[in-house]
Amino acid sequence: MNGAGMNEGYVNENFVNEGCVLEAREIVKSFGSTPALRGASVAVGRGEILAVMGPSGSGKSTLLHCLAGILVPDGGQVLFGGQRLDTMKENPRSALRRDKFGFVFQFGQLVPELTAEENVALPLLLAGARRAEAVRKARAWFPRLGLDGLERNRSGEMSGGEAQRVALARGLVADPEVLFADEPTGSLDSLAGERVMDLLTAAARDQGTTVVLVTHEPRVAAYADREIIVRDGVVTTTPAAPAASAAAAFGTGRGGS
Amino acid sequence: MTLLGLLERKPSYGYDLKRDYDGFFGRGKPLQFGQVYATLARLARDGKVSAGDSEPGGGPDRKRYFITEAGVAEVDAWLAETAEPEPHLQAVLFTKVILALLLGRPAESYLDAQRAAHLRRMRELTALKRAGGPLDTYLADYGLFHLEADLRWIDMTAARLDKLAEEVRR
Repeated sequence: MNGAGMNEGYVNENFVNEGCVLEAREIVKSFGSTPALRGASVAVGRGEILAVMGPSGSGKSTLLHCLAGILVPDGGQVLFGGQRLDTMKENPRSALRRDKFGFVFQFGQLVPELTAEENVALPLLLAGARRAEAVRKARAWFPRLGLDGLERNRSGEMSGGEAQRVALARGLVADPEVLFADEPTGSLDSLAGERVMDLLTAAARDQGTTVVLVTHEPRVAAYADREIIVRDGVVTTTPAAPAASAAAAFGTGRGGS
Repeated sequence: MTLLGLLERKPSYGYDLKRDYDGFFGRGKPLQFGQVYATLARLARDGKVSAGDSEPGGGPDRKRYFITEAGVAEVDAWLAETAEPEPHLQAVLFTKVILALLLGRPAESYLDAQRAAHLRRMRELTALKRAGGPLDTYLADYGLFHLEADLRWIDMTAARLDKLAEEVRR
């Protein structure tokens, strides 16, 4: 019955101290003269699934790219496991990205010349694994994601949902600490999207993977532990709802009026 | 509650209240005079409004009504309270946004709070869907799609608040 306590995750402070794996502190990022982030802060807890929401152009993808060390912010700090990502040199930053992070994007971006299993094996091969070993590990993901029999298919021979699940396997195959997913269901219909989200969250929970999930779809965000809203380049913290109606929102009964 | 909110805007006669209500919220369902006076009488009894002296001409609509401090506090609490996320509450959300804009209250933060409440409920329904049987899935889906529709409305409204405020305050 302590659902309230567990679900209060949308209050930012919850993951700041204990078990915070990834953090942005007041980060600022502009593209030319256009500011994308204007002092955005967020802390992601270890094993947490965090949804990053907000209107188009609010800066949510830029925030993801800064957290993932793809973009370097103009100001502020990005910390991963206590390490400064924003001041790290390009090479160690790429290495860290390869070893610790996984990625899934809106359009699977599979390499069309490679088979599904070769696509999944890619991160392992890039990290220096032997080919046979990489393919063996890659294959293990196919039954887990309902992809049996598609190991040798190329991206043109799969449905959008299947291709996206292959991309998910590729994002998870190297057992990353953090999976970054940018609109992972954006190109799929509701049912295929739901399948991807079911599998993504189940696999992440299973492996204890932290997930940063950018989405504008509430039904996708509902798979996360909590959400943050990015608006005009800053993270909006949600005011706590009055107690009576919060209780009502948990379906435990109607709050008095 | 809506009438009380309108009274916070300015002290009014019953007739003005009805006209304002019909203009902002009526939408083809005009308020009955009897209902207006019954509500005002109840609010007066509860100390939320006070009636001015009867003015020459007599009759119930010759009294001007003022909101009291208790009344203002009630409007405040009602606006800040999130509605239980369920289908068919759009009318309540709509009323809150318009009232908040009329009164210069923070409509955006009410929308933010409501968005958080909706998403919390959607998380519960998603969890139910994953844990429960097929029937739970269908029921949860129904709720999820309706709440999503509300959220779209909340987002669009939040994005257009400036325009809406201009319109309402004209």
